[in-house]
Amino acid sequence: MAEPSPASQTPHHKIDVPYLARLARLEVTPEEVEIFGGQLGRILDHVEQMNKLDISGIEPTAHAITVFDVIREDVVEESLPKATMLGNAPHNANGLFVVPKVLD
Amino acid sequence: MSAFTPFQSIAATRRLLRSGEITPLELIEGLESRIASLDPQIGAYLGRDLETAKIAAASADLSKPLGGIPIGIKDAINVKGQPTQSASRILEGYIAPFDATVVERLREAGAIPFGRMNMDEFAMGSSTENSSFYPTHNPWDLNRIPGGSSGGSAAAISSGTALATLGSDTGGSIRQPAALCGCVGLKPTYGRVSRYGLIAFASSLDQIGPLTSTVEDSGLILNAMAGHDPHDSTSLELPDEDFTAEIGRDLKGLRIGIPKEYFVDGMEPGVRSAVDAAIKQIVSLGAEPVEISLPHTEYAVAVYYIIATAEASANLARFDGVRYGRRSKEAKDLLSLYQKTRAEGFGREVKRRIILGTYVLSSGYYDAYYLRAQKVRTLIRRDFEQAFSKVDAIISPTSPETAFRLGEKTDDPLKMYLADIFTIATNLAGICGMSLPCGFSTRDGVELPVGLQLLGRPFGESRLLRIGHAYEQSTEWHKRHPLLA
Repeated sequence: MAEPSPASQTPHHKIDVPYLARLARLEVTPEEVEIFGGQLGRILDHVEQMNKLDISGIEPTAHAITVFDVIREDVVEESLPKATMLGNAPHNANGLFVVPKVLD
Repeated sequence: MSAFTPFQSIAATRRLLRSGEITPLELIEGLESRIASLDPQIGAYLGRDLETAKIAAASADLSKPLGGIPIGIKDAINVKGQPTQSASRILEGYIAPFDATVVERLREAGAIPFGRMNMDEFAMGSSTENSSFYPTHNPWDLNRIPGGSSGGSAAAISSGTALATLGSDTGGSIRQPAALCGCVGLKPTYGRVSRYGLIAFASSLDQIGPLTSTVEDSGLILNAMAGHDPHDSTSLELPDEDFTAEIGRDLKGLRIGIPKEYFVDGMEPGVRSAVDAAIKQIVSLGAEPVEISLPHTEYAVAVYYIIATAEASANLARFDGVRYGRRSKEAKDLLSLYQKTRAEGFGREVKRRIILGTYVLSSGYYDAYYLRAQKVRTLIRRDFEQAFSKVDAIISPTSPETAFRLGEKTDDPLKMYLADIFTIATNLAGICGMSLPCGFSTRDGVELPVGLQLLGRPFGESRLLRIGHAYEQSTEWHKRHPLLA
C-alpha cells in the first residue's frame, strides 16, 4: 500500500479550479479554490502512478460486463403523470418548468 | 409484553411470523420502540414511515418469501411517496414519484420498506460523515464511524434496529460498512440487480445489494431483487436462480485464492490475525488454499477515482434547480441559477469529485486520465479473470483497518480514499463480493469488528454464499452484538 504524501506537502499537479468549476456550473468560494486546488493536486499526484504501466494495445473497459445493443419493442407505454413530475419542480406554471428569462 | 426480540435473522423471523408467535404489526412496533430508544445516539435513520408500514403489515401475506419482513432502504433508492435525497440538500423537498425496481420487487415478495437509511451524500465517502444531515455513529463505539457510504444501513443491522437494509456499492459502499459494523454485506455482480430508481453516482460501477445479519438472509433478499428489468438495459437476462440453493453444502473440492497483494505491510495487526484465522478455518472446512496474484491491485484506487468521478460529474449534471429539489433564491439569470443552486446544494466532497471528474474529461486531459484509466481497468479485470481460472473464490480482508474515529480523515480526502483499497477493484472488474464478520481487533483499547471479504466470479453469488455460510456457521462472530443502552 503506497502511503500518500502528507496533506501539508505542496502537490506537483496544479489544477485550475475556477475554470473547471465554471465548466461544471458550480460557484466556488476563494477558500474552496485554495482547498480543492491542494487536495485535487495531491490526488492527481497519486494517480500519476498509472503512467508506470505499458498500456499499448490494451482496449479500454467502459463496462465490466459487456452488453451489446439492448433494444426494446417500440411500443408506447404509460409514463408517470405530468402533474406528478412537475410537482417536484421548485417552480412550475401552465404545465411547464419555469426558469429565469434566458433572452432579453 | 411484545414478542419482538432484536437480532433475529429474516429466516428465523419468517418462522416466527408463520407460526403466529409474532405478528407483522408487533414486529414493526418492536423495531419502532428500539429505534426510538437507540437511534438518537446512532443516527442510522434519516426518516421512517411507520404509518404506511403498519398499514402494509396489517395485510401482509405471510406465504410470500419475505412476507411481513420490514426492510430499511438507503436514501439513494426511490421509495414511492417518500422523500429520497441521497443525503443531499440539493434534493430538499423531492418526493419519489415511483418505486425503484428493487423496492417494487421487494414489495411483490411481501417485504415492507419502512425507513430511509443515512449515507454519505450521493454515496461519496467511506465514513457517512459526508451526510448533509448528520453523521452515523458506529454501534460498537459511538466515537467511531460506521464506514460508508451505506453507513446507516450497516449501523441499523448491528444495533438491531433493522432486520435487513438495502445499500449500494460503487467502490465498497456495502462491504466496508458491513465490515466496520460487524454484519453481512453483499455486492452482487454488475448487471445482476436493476439500478432503475437508484440515484446514480457512477453508472458503470453502482450496484444495489443487501445488508443483513446472516449470509443466508442476504441470499433471501437477493432472490427477491435479482433479474432483468426493461428499465435498466445493463441488467442481464439470466435463468432464475435460488441463491440459497448451495447453502448447507460443504466446502470440499473448492479452491480459495489468497491474493498476495492484499496481505501487505501497513494493515492493522488485529485485522491481519483475524483474517489469517478465518482462512485457516475455511481450509479446515475442506477448501483448498491457493496463493494467487492480482498484480494491478495498487492501481485500483487511482483508476477508480478517475472513472467514478468522471461518471459522477456527468450524472450529477441533472441537479440544476429546474426539475426537482431546491433552487437558489439568489439567482439572477439561468447561468447563476445553475451555479448558485449547485453551490448551495452540494457538500464539499461532492463538489470536489465533480471538479475532478470535469478535469479528467476535459479537453487535453481525456486521453491522459480517463482513457488511460479505462485501459488500466482492463488490466485489473484480466487479473481477476486469470485468478478465477484457478480458484472458485478469493479471500481477503474487507478493509485494512477497523472503524476509525469521527473526524480522523475528514481533512485528507486521499487518506479516506485509500480506506477502500481492498474493495474498489471488485467494482472495476464487475464481479460479486461480500463481507462477513470474522472476529475482532483491539484498537485504542476498544474491541472492533473485522470483516472478511469473499470475491466470486461474475454471477457466482450462489457459490459465494455457500462459502460464507459454511464459515459463518462454524464461528460465533455473527452472534455477538454491541452493548447499547
